[in-house]
Amino acid sequence: MTLSSTAERTTTARPGLGLAGLARRSEAVLLPIGALLVGFALFSLFLLVQGKSPTDFFALVYRAGFGTAFSWENTLSRTAPLLLAALCVALPARLGLVVIGGEGAIVLGGVGAGYAGVLLSGTSAFIALPIMLLIAMGIGALWIGAVGALRHYRGVNETIASLLMAYIAIALMNHLVEGPLRDPASLNKPSTAPLDEALRVGNVPGWDVHWGLAFGVIACLLMWVLIEKTTWGFAAQIAGGNARAAQVQGLPVGKLIIGFAALGGALAGLAGFFEVAAVHGSANGSLASGYGYTGILIAFLARHNPLAIIPVAVLLAGFEASSGLVQRRMDLPDATVLVLQGFVFVAILMSETLYGRFKIFTPERWRSA
Amino acid sequence: MTAIGVETLGMTMRFGAFTALDNCSIKIAPGSFHALLGENGAGKSTLVKCMMGFYQATAGQMLVDGREARITDPKAAHARGLGMVYQHFTLVPSLTVAENLVISREDVPNVIDWRAERLELQAFMAGMPFQLPLDQPVRTLAAGEKQKLEILKQLYLGRRFLILDEPTSVLTPDEADEVLSHMRRLCQEGAISVLMITHKFREVTAYADEVSVLRRGKLVGGGKVADLSHDDMAALMMGDAQLARPADRSGTRGAPVLELDGIRAVDRTGLKDIEVDGLRVHAGEIVGVAGISGNGQSELMEILTGQRPCQSGEIRVNGRAYTASRTEAQSHNIRFLPEEPLFNACAPRMSVSDNIGFRSFDTDGGFWLSRRKMRARAETLVRQFKVKTTTIDAPISALSGGNVQRAVLARELSGEVDLLIISNPCFGLDFSAVSEIRARIMTARNEGAAVLIMSEDLDEIMELTDRVLVMSEGRVTYEATTAEADIASIGHHMGGHA
Repeated sequence: MTLSSTAERTTTARPGLGLAGLARRSEAVLLPIGALLVGFALFSLFLLVQGKSPTDFFALVYRAGFGTAFSWENTLSRTAPLLLAALCVALPARLGLVVIGGEGAIVLGGVGAGYAGVLLSGTSAFIALPIMLLIAMGIGALWIGAVGALRHYRGVNETIASLLMAYIAIALMNHLVEGPLRDPASLNKPSTAPLDEALRVGNVPGWDVHWGLAFGVIACLLMWVLIEKTTWGFAAQIAGGNARAAQVQGLPVGKLIIGFAALGGALAGLAGFFEVAAVHGSANGSLASGYGYTGILIAFLARHNPLAIIPVAVLLAGFEASSGLVQRRMDLPDATVLVLQGFVFVAILMSETLYGRFKIFTPERWRSA
Repeated sequence: MTAIGVETLGMTMRFGAFTALDNCSIKIAPGSFHALLGENGAGKSTLVKCMMGFYQATAGQMLVDGREARITDPKAAHARGLGMVYQHFTLVPSLTVAENLVISREDVPNVIDWRAERLELQAFMAGMPFQLPLDQPVRTLAAGEKQKLEILKQLYLGRRFLILDEPTSVLTPDEADEVLSHMRRLCQEGAISVLMITHKFREVTAYADEVSVLRRGKLVGGGKVADLSHDDMAALMMGDAQLARPADRSGTRGAPVLELDGIRAVDRTGLKDIEVDGLRVHAGEIVGVAGISGNGQSELMEILTGQRPCQSGEIRVNGRAYTASRTEAQSHNIRFLPEEPLFNACAPRMSVSDNIGFRSFDTDGGFWLSRRKMRARAETLVRQFKVKTTTIDAPISALSGGNVQRAVLARELSGEVDLLIISNPCFGLDFSAVSEIRARIMTARNEGAAVLIMSEDLDEIMELTDRVLVMSEGRVTYEATTAEADIASIGHHMGGHA
């Protein structure tokens, strides 16, 4: 079995203590921030070429994403699915897998939850919601777990497989909500039947943000604990760091690969559940809104660290929240934010090659002058 | 087309302080089939790389057709009619035989007139001792045919002195015989001269006119193949057996710990089988597996570590069936030291502390990982085994080869060891690291561990082991106690001739 070199980089040495530890820690923080700034700079050039002001743009993003209580609410409700979608990339990355098809698990998880909600219409929310949630997570786990199984048993490249399976998932969703599962009353936008009011997930008390955010943050914390504090997480790190060494140690590499992929898929499915039960009220084409793809960028910016995913997801959600305002005020297409994401992504991928190149971050090289 | 003769005079190649090739003079007469014999690392590859201009020899000269030739790079060698066929194929699988031949030329025009090229190729093929279908894609050819195409390519390019680097290692015995007999005929016809690197005595006797034997970079003998027996060749290859004194041994041999019966598996090339039957390793003894690399030793290691599935057979440890799971390895105290530890036993980017923790992080059976305990253990072991590292938090890839091996030994040799399985433990290490590592292995044996060691270094095997086996063509072909082992017959079996 071979692992791609990018993937091997995701399993790194622990930073340790003292000045040397601080130097190693800084590398993992400063390099992504540097890449983010390079991405911003390139994007500014892109704006200048079109005669638009980069300062206006970033000021507008600040106002629309983070400036007011209302914009924070908008940003945070977009953060919820992004947190879960990013975990769907970060967990398999621990095993050296680059899974970029979380969108598929979100979409199918959402359809599963929406249809289950229709069938359970009239049931108590205490029974129906957990069932919907588990169905969404189960479908997500099967979808991405299959990617892991294809990789382990058949040697199929997980990056391509997950991306192509995301297209299949979207096509499947369109087929289902426009065909067998369609509510005849949904005319302009084919959807499943709307959920009962009782089966809608509400907001966190005192906030104007739905429960998905709380679940997302808790999922990030739990996954961090799993990866950093448990023997399973350490076994996964070994398998991701060198599959051959893990095999010689007798570790169940296949189970770890499939298990972590399925866990990531379950969390992406959970994002689909919240999109249906808290945002749209039914399963429809809005499920495929690109959260899965933005999640890839977030996971890479966060160096696949579940704790770092939280602030990065908030930042990217703010950018997405501002796209409408940018379109209206600056006369730019709303895809402009995608262009920004693209620049940042290219910068972050290039920054991967810089790890270990800067002497200040690598204490091993301090002594040799 | 007539063969050319090549001669080296006092060829010497040093890499830093290491002399890979020492004052080596060999002469290959025009039209002769010359074999170059030697163990792994004897300097055979270095010699031919100097001849082909891949290396610039530190000292020495080369004569081509009796005149001095300065070969500065492979192009210069090609210009003088020297060509090399490598151990592995250098063909483009998706292109046809004809296309592969044409693109190998240096003077291919920008627009190729395929009709004219085909006519030329047909004429060329007709004059060759063996033919290949011009329009067949190379990926559909069998290994033997690919090797023939490699040779045809050299002839097509007008090379009249061919170096063959273990040309039969990827071929079945029948294919090997066919290819080599064609080469021999071409030599007899005076079309080419051949210098063939090989480990196999049988091929030398059957096809070569003359042989040169290298040992530790020096030409130690050779001459007409007709005048030499296999025993003579083995003796030359092994030297006069100035073996290191075996280290101090103590303790007695106990019950069998590792037992392999009727094991069958496919080898890495998928062409040959590995068959190991009745292999026993007892407590308190070191069993060595000698052999030229590529004869099934690495596959045996993979079978024992659970990386290679067996078609049949049984592995038992302490009398119980063994499936290479982590719990079995932990309950039987089985430890592995694979070769090239950084690539086979470590996660290079994880820290020294983490790497040392690989074996024991879950021994309490717990769910929670104790970083504090892992670090404390790593600190102690790094001190005990004298691993030189700035801190235990440095990535293990920042360490030197000897220190990586020490860190892995620290991990695998701490605590109770009942079975130790090792592959080439000292490959690429300096003398001090080597003696220390061998001493640790001997200590484990004296404390009652059963040790199985696979090594390409015969001296290492003779120094360390109590019993020696020789693996050849995927089978154990020789077994003796090391004290009674006869160096000539070991060499004999390593050369694949029983």
